Amino acid sequence: MATTTPITIEQAIPLVLRVNGREYQLSLDSRVTLLDALRDHLGLVGTKKGCDQGACGACTVHVDGKRVLACLTLAAQCDGREVTTIEGLPADGELHPVQEAFMRHDAFQCGYCTPGQIMSAVALLTEGRAGSDEEIREFMSGNLCRCAAYPNIVAAIREVAGEEGASDARL
Amino acid sequence: MRGFEYVRAGSVDDAVAAVSGDSAAAYLAGGTTQLDLILKDGIFAPQRLVDITRLPLRGITRDGDRLQVGAMATMEELAADPTVGERLPFVREALLAGASTQIRNMATIGGNLLQRTRCRYFRDPTVAACNKRTPGSGCAAVGGAARMHAILGASEHCIALHASDLCVALVALDAVVHIQGASGLRSVPLTEFYVPPDDRPDVETVLEHGELITGVEVPLLPMGARSGYLKVRDRVSYEFALTSAAAALVIDDGVISAARIGLGGVGTIPWRAREAEEILAGAPATLSTFNAAAEAAIRDPFTVPGTAFKVELAKRTIVRILQTVSEVQP
Repeated sequence: MATTTPITIEQAIPLVLRVNGREYQLSLDSRVTLLDALRDHLGLVGTKKGCDQGACGACTVHVDGKRVLACLTLAAQCDGREVTTIEGLPADGELHPVQEAFMRHDAFQCGYCTPGQIMSAVALLTEGRAGSDEEIREFMSGNLCRCAAYPNIVAAIREVAGEEGASDARL
Repeated sequence: MRGFEYVRAGSVDDAVAAVSGDSAAAYLAGGTTQLDLILKDGIFAPQRLVDITRLPLRGITRDGDRLQVGAMATMEELAADPTVGERLPFVREALLAGASTQIRNMATIGGNLLQRTRCRYFRDPTVAACNKRTPGSGCAAVGGAARMHAILGASEHCIALHASDLCVALVALDAVVHIQGASGLRSVPLTEFYVPPDDRPDVETVLEHGELITGVEVPLLPMGARSGYLKVRDRVSYEFALTSAAAALVIDDGVISAARIGLGGVGTIPWRAREAEEILAGAPATLSTFNAAAEAAIRDPFTVPGTAFKVELAKRTIVRILQTVSEVQP
């Protein structure tokens, strides 16, 4: 029964979205999710629509630094909040260390879940929940990968966690 | 999907007034249940959503031997609270056994109490027979593919499960729900907050339209109490319970002096197993005591072919968590 973004505006909401450091003034139908706002209204299609029902994690983004599901968040609820998507991870033209590690470890196959996996992994590292493979698996369980790249995803995260531990770096 | 008006409440009073005065209005908290039902399943069509997530109801404060939890605190915030870790460890276990980190960052404690059932027939608007959606229409689940359904408090009218993990621990603790409505404040014990379905499964709680949960008061476990939460499920993480049990025991010299048991995955409401507690209290902490408690807890279940396995599984879940908490070996 998944639905897509409404094609007509019934009840418009004016709002300001701050996405990846940029500010957008928008007027959106009240039903528009953060996911559809990012993809259909801002052209930020890196965030993926998988189940669109809170089950798969493909739409994971950060709102005020916390990982959340963009498909179960109204855009209107994010008025004035800081949103970070996969497009916002690279800095100064350099990929984020987690992005690099995913490539090095071949942590994907079709790639559709990958932006959500990476956004979740970046948050997981700041949450301090990458202490063991078991802990990574538990706290990455909200991101499904139907290609089953899980062992390589865990390896990529472990590598970044280890580097951080060694250098005491912080994300 | 019909359009709706979105408004952000400026204060608790404003929020309560906005929803109380409008029968087509509803609260929007974390959205993990509400938006799923409105935007995706399309079985609920409020004309106005009142966003309460920015109300000052987020704090978690210790008040003597009780914890006052704001209704808008998220599941992750409560799980990270130091008092929860020290004095309510099984609440933390239950919180982290539920959903995923993303959902726990969104979902609020008030919303967790009011989460709607995962019954697939309830959530499918093409299914006509659902007494919870349309009173008197019947129950498709009773003769259907029931597995994630209830066996306690269930009947031919409804076998929809209350799927919260958190509430299993909270109901065992005698948590109290603080409520604000148009006519004032009131507090209701969680054990009396849910209305067993009987022949009106559409009535789920004692809340009147417009009443808002503002907080949950959780008594801390006594010093020296041991507790645990065991969740049995089809996959090891990010899955609803087939059966679960929350247990807290005080054991002195091998004798149980106090016991609290809550059950999940089996009840139409978060289930307090008082019959089991009565058997445990004053009895030696032994396997035979635990077996007797489990038998007492799952008395007179209502099963359909898909849920019959839960009778034995729930008993074993109870025995296992009691063994784990008491450190009594089989």
